[in-house]
Amino acid sequence: MTPTEFASQLLQLGLALALAPLLVGWINQCRAWLQNKSAPSLLLPYRTIRKLFMKDAVVALQASPIFRVAPYVVFGAMCCAAAIIPSLATDLPFGRAADTIALVGLFALARVFIALAAMDIGTAFGSLGARREMFVGFLAEPALLMVLFTASLISGSTSLPTIVDVFAHRELAIYPSLAFAGVAFAMVSLAENARIPVDNPATHLELTMIHEAMILEYSARHLALIEWASSLKLFNYSCLGIALFFPVGIGVAGAGWTALVAAAPVLVAKLAVGGFALALVETLSAKMRIFRAPEFLGTAFLLAVLAMLVNLLLGS
Amino acid sequence: MATLPLYAQFINLFAAFLLLLAFAMLAQRRVLSLINLFAMQGFALAVSTAIVAYGTHQSHLYWSAGLTLVLKVLLLPWLLHRLIRQLDVKWDVEGLINIPTTMLVGIVLVVFSFNLALPIAQLSHTVTRATLGIAMASVMLSFLMMITRRKAIPQVVGFLAMENGLFFAATSATYGMPMVVELGIALDVLVGMIILGVFFFQIREQFDSLDLKHLETLKENE
Repeated sequence: MTPTEFASQLLQLGLALALAPLLVGWINQCRAWLQNKSAPSLLLPYRTIRKLFMKDAVVALQASPIFRVAPYVVFGAMCCAAAIIPSLATDLPFGRAADTIALVGLFALARVFIALAAMDIGTAFGSLGARREMFVGFLAEPALLMVLFTASLISGSTSLPTIVDVFAHRELAIYPSLAFAGVAFAMVSLAENARIPVDNPATHLELTMIHEAMILEYSARHLALIEWASSLKLFNYSCLGIALFFPVGIGVAGAGWTALVAAAPVLVAKLAVGGFALALVETLSAKMRIFRAPEFLGTAFLLAVLAMLVNLLLGS
Repeated sequence: MATLPLYAQFINLFAAFLLLLAFAMLAQRRVLSLINLFAMQGFALAVSTAIVAYGTHQSHLYWSAGLTLVLKVLLLPWLLHRLIRQLDVKWDVEGLINIPTTMLVGIVLVVFSFNLALPIAQLSHTVTRATLGIAMASVMLSFLMMITRRKAIPQVVGFLAMENGLFFAATSATYGMPMVVELGIALDVLVGMIILGVFFFQIREQFDSLDLKHLETLKENE
């Protein structure tokens, strides 16, 4: 491990931790603008997290250790994922340790723990939310894997830094398979991050909640960690999408310090555009019935499989 | 991976788009959207044929592309829309099996036809030979659509979409059929459509519905 690699790894992780709440704030602001409401402050997510960290935690009497451990596990899994995904540079010591399949595994680990914690308390809404989350998760995961396999087929490796290196260096060509995979990935990200067509992040109605229903019992530092982790998850998915489909500007292997410094503003600009696009999608679409979710995610899976088949047939 | 010339990349893109539209038709619940999707498929076919014509300097393919545009994007959808207005049938399309299952069967069919097309495509020397698999897959998917739909109009749209797939197969394997054959097929499709339109009215006259399962009882009434 050279000092440059170490520095880029640290810088990337720090940037992810610092920027993730900002991304959520930016999306909320864009959504408020698009819906003709007065927008909340861009820094509101930071203030919420700070406020929650200063409060005293309340834990239910019958809560088992799983309930206390889950926020730390979820937050840790999201930090690991942020360290693996090449958002600034591909010279990552962590990137070599885990490939795309391990990344999907990390997301699954976080999901399992938060669902277990929700069922642990034994409230009706908790187990309802947990079941819905697993229902959406088991449909979204194969589609995500298929998208990643398509990228792996094109680049000949399941390791994310290699994929990004190959994608950033290839000749400019039209890849129908990547277009399909991109649409499938966008659909999966909407479902996984509890955004509007599948779940409403701003809802106050318990019966329609998925993600929010699972964390109803959490308070103070636990809630702060979970909120931070879910913003990190959104950040991770955005960075994964950028790395796979718009890799221009990411510091490729051996690019050195200047590329690393230049990559940060490019990443912020791409995230700003992506966040606006997400707010636009959320404004334009209505929440689906929960039993429509299989059709939505089935379409994503179909697109991802078609991407892989088209890639095998046409070689592009 | 050797990079293809730009026009071949565009042909691949439109071929993939054609396959996507075939799946969209398979999943479509509303008969009006089904016809619009059929028109879009015809448009993608016309554009890809025109690109093949441009890339390979086969001037007769321009005529095929124009014919496709007039017949399948303008005339046939217009006829179908008029039929629906006259019959006053805007119901949702009912399938025999539910949509996710149909999609899974569709994926299996795509894998099957891609495998089937690979050895055939190696015999061909056209630049578009790789898309033969997609052409076969869209023929198969149209077949599936005809099998799984119960009402008359979606079955006819499936039949027309199958012709789209065959046309695309001819273009990708041999740069299209001779002009005489193509004109003949175009006329066949048009006349077939008109005759089927008359049939619709007869079927409805007889059974008060366009559900084709009524046709099964014809024998018992003798």
